[in-house]
Amino acid sequence: MKYFKLILSFALTIGIFFALNTKFGSIPPIGKFLNPYSGVWQNETDESISGDISISGLKDKVTVHYDAQLIPHVFAQNDYDLHRAQGYITAKHRLWQMEFQTHAAAGRLSEIIGEGALNHDRQERRRGMGFGAEQAIIKMSEDEQTTALVQAYADGVNSYINELDSNNYPVEYKLLDYKPEAWTPKKTALLLMYMTKMLAGGDEDMEYTNALRLFGKERFDLLFPDFFDITEPIIPKETDWSYIDVPQTPAPFSEAVLDSIAETIDKPDPNYGSNNWAVSGKKSYSGHPILANDPHLGLNLPSIWFVMQLSTPNHNAFGATLPGALGVISGFNQHIAWGETNATRDVIDWYKIEFNEDRTKYKFDNQWKDVSVRVEEIKIKGKLSYKDSVLYTHHGPVIYDKNYKSERERAGYAMKWIGHIGGNNQKTFLDLNKSENYDDYVKALTHYTAPAQNFVFASTEGDIALWVQGKLPNKWEGQGKFLMDGSKSENDWQGFIPQPFNAHTKNPERGFVSSANQQPVDEAYPYFVYNDGYETYRNRVINDFFSSKDTFNIQDFKDLHNNNYNLKASELIPYMLETMDISNLTAEENEIYNLAKTWQYNNDMEEIGPSIWNAWWNILYDMVWDEFDVKNTVLNAPFTYQTIYLLKTKGDDAFMDIIETPEIETAKDLFKLSFSKAVKKLNSWKAENGDLNWVKYKGTFAGHLLQALPAFSRFDIPIGGGKNIVNATSENWGPSWRMIVEMTSPPTALGIYPGGQSGNPGSKYYDNFIDDWAAGKYHSLNFLQNDTATNVIIGTQTLTPSN
Amino acid sequence: MSKNIINFIATIILAILLSIFLPWWSVMTAALTTALFVPLKKAAVFFVPFLAILLFWIVYSYLLSSGNDFTLAKRIAILLPLGGDPYVLMLVTGVVGGLAAGIAAVFGKQLSLMVKKP
Repeated sequence: MKYFKLILSFALTIGIFFALNTKFGSIPPIGKFLNPYSGVWQNETDESISGDISISGLKDKVTVHYDAQLIPHVFAQNDYDLHRAQGYITAKHRLWQMEFQTHAAAGRLSEIIGEGALNHDRQERRRGMGFGAEQAIIKMSEDEQTTALVQAYADGVNSYINELDSNNYPVEYKLLDYKPEAWTPKKTALLLMYMTKMLAGGDEDMEYTNALRLFGKERFDLLFPDFFDITEPIIPKETDWSYIDVPQTPAPFSEAVLDSIAETIDKPDPNYGSNNWAVSGKKSYSGHPILANDPHLGLNLPSIWFVMQLSTPNHNAFGATLPGALGVISGFNQHIAWGETNATRDVIDWYKIEFNEDRTKYKFDNQWKDVSVRVEEIKIKGKLSYKDSVLYTHHGPVIYDKNYKSERERAGYAMKWIGHIGGNNQKTFLDLNKSENYDDYVKALTHYTAPAQNFVFASTEGDIALWVQGKLPNKWEGQGKFLMDGSKSENDWQGFIPQPFNAHTKNPERGFVSSANQQPVDEAYPYFVYNDGYETYRNRVINDFFSSKDTFNIQDFKDLHNNNYNLKASELIPYMLETMDISNLTAEENEIYNLAKTWQYNNDMEEIGPSIWNAWWNILYDMVWDEFDVKNTVLNAPFTYQTIYLLKTKGDDAFMDIIETPEIETAKDLFKLSFSKAVKKLNSWKAENGDLNWVKYKGTFAGHLLQALPAFSRFDIPIGGGKNIVNATSENWGPSWRMIVEMTSPPTALGIYPGGQSGNPGSKYYDNFIDDWAAGKYHSLNFLQNDTATNVIIGTQTLTPSN
Repeated sequence: MSKNIINFIATIILAILLSIFLPWWSVMTAALTTALFVPLKKAAVFFVPFLAILLFWIVYSYLLSSGNDFTLAKRIAILLPLGGDPYVLMLVTGVVGGLAAGIAAVFGKQLSLMVKKP
């Protein structure tokens, strides 16, 4: 009996230890997690923003002033110390995010989450994210200065990591039960790959190929024209291109490979976009140019941006940084201001590969070329590693083959992607931070490869400009719209558009520059450009606004950032209301019909019109393009603009017919059918949720990076706007950083983002900007001119060299 | 002083001391050790160290959290999920620690019975 009790109590003791020390599924190891001396209670802390910290490798003292928004103002004596401090300070506030994003980019989430992330990881490995980062490191290493600074940044991050013990790991480490690892320059390259994938990682080649095969060329061209009937390009139409003396690559006789493709890897959200603009002194209320930027990215917590001032005796930059990358990405210094919007171009092409018997060679120009194999070892928490061999051709990785989303034994599809070319994008930002004028800015841009961006510029000297910058292939007419034959060299990219011939404009006649992800140029530009999912609404609202009067002030800029005008709805709703058959509307339908009629097309929070439009349009769109719902075939339905164009001008086209029904429907019928369905949907939503106000219906949220974990996320953020609207705030993406800079000397700037400076969910600075951001408010950015603390500073930390 | 009170205080003091160099399971070590040297009887074997660590962890987590307006505790109380109430989270924290300590103490008691000659 005695022994039995002893053994039983011993087993219980071991059992409880095991139960409380082990992670079960998504439940953290509860004893480890909750105990007050090393668990989450230790993360209940305010930020430490004072005192001295000794950091190894610093050459000199670095002063870090914090203002009330927890923005660090870093004053270093040289560039090495500056970026070492940047790494240290960024890690201090955002370590978990930095590591998580780069783990995601590298396809290493299974290591921390377990088998559930294996598909994600395999996909990112096959996409060649690690390969691309390695190419970037090779390019970066050609420049000693960049290499040394990226290393200094990594050392700074590691100084912080080494200071930590497990008690003060960020809370997510405790939740997932793992440890931070050392930061490396490769992680900076991976972060840049993460951005490249997010912003230049999409294409429609496979979808277009299927559409071409199913519908034929004539129908395809009607649905997917290279240019829409209207264009309002980024670079003004009247631009003279006669200086360009390198011609477009001549087109070979090449035919698309019309394979049927069932499934593709995930594409980034095509809705990510941005706005930027600048007015010249002539168009500014004060005579100083004014510049604005608002990148529309996922609304996440911790936010993608971290705002900093980075200063040495030789330069002084301020703005939004990306945790993991060096320097300010969208911001200003004493002389210039700059900001980016995404400049999509077709920089992903697909090639069909024909292998030999044992897949060691592939056919190219009637010869056999060697395949190289990259073995991707994916470590999985609690399991054996998974190994995936990815075959590489000179085009790039063979993503789809018999081992992945394809059944073909001796064929595969290889991806040619600008993300695999390598480039020293980091140098562009380091140089922009120091640029003093237009020439410096142009020089800084020359290093920039991908993701192509529209870099807006303004200077205290009075210049405004916009360059569409990226390394862009000089394609033959039509190249890469569809799957190509990878065995013919004529289908390879034959070269790149020489950098000076990238489209740009400086001090245009109209007195402003702007971009909103629309067509970069019109058809007069001498290189092959076709519709890569370009925006067609925000650009017109912005350009109309700047053509509406002579001068603009800061309030005008704020108003435009927060402009909720739904141009898209205004171009279709009146037509639908007018042409649709309303003779048999039910009482419920009548009510919604009348509400739609009185709506003035503003997506303001309390309006019901936007909810009606949203429900109606989504149903109508799917009804029109029911032909695109084909089993085992990836297809993308035509773009919104073309859909509305066809509804209004070709209402009796065969595409309007619903194939499932015996009747032949026209656009007019679809309006009524979709309207009735929308009314039902809206009323059932209303019954469940109370009312149909747009703010509620839209339900904007900022989700934590771990699948929007509710505890660490913010829901029902009170803000209007929506897709294709200048205030692009949708359910989970929108203006991720709003900045306005007036080019006084020194510049005067406003900025805000939907998040907070701290990555710690236990900090009051975690999400404290969200309410002001939603209300359309801005914070003054305190641009300190020297390292003396002013009255806006609430704490100062001194980083000192340790010997 | 009754043995119960001595055990109670000794468990807390030992738990605090051991927590300096041991991880969370230092409460188990503490309770086990006190059970060996200050043996109790019947239900007290479990409940005295249970209450001692319950109190210790609740008070400690309250002290850490109250200075920060319970910001994180409220979020963790959604995560777990405990209705977002930080006090419930403290109670759960206390129960977790107490349970571990109590069970370890029962084992300690059995061990002490083995060591002692009958």
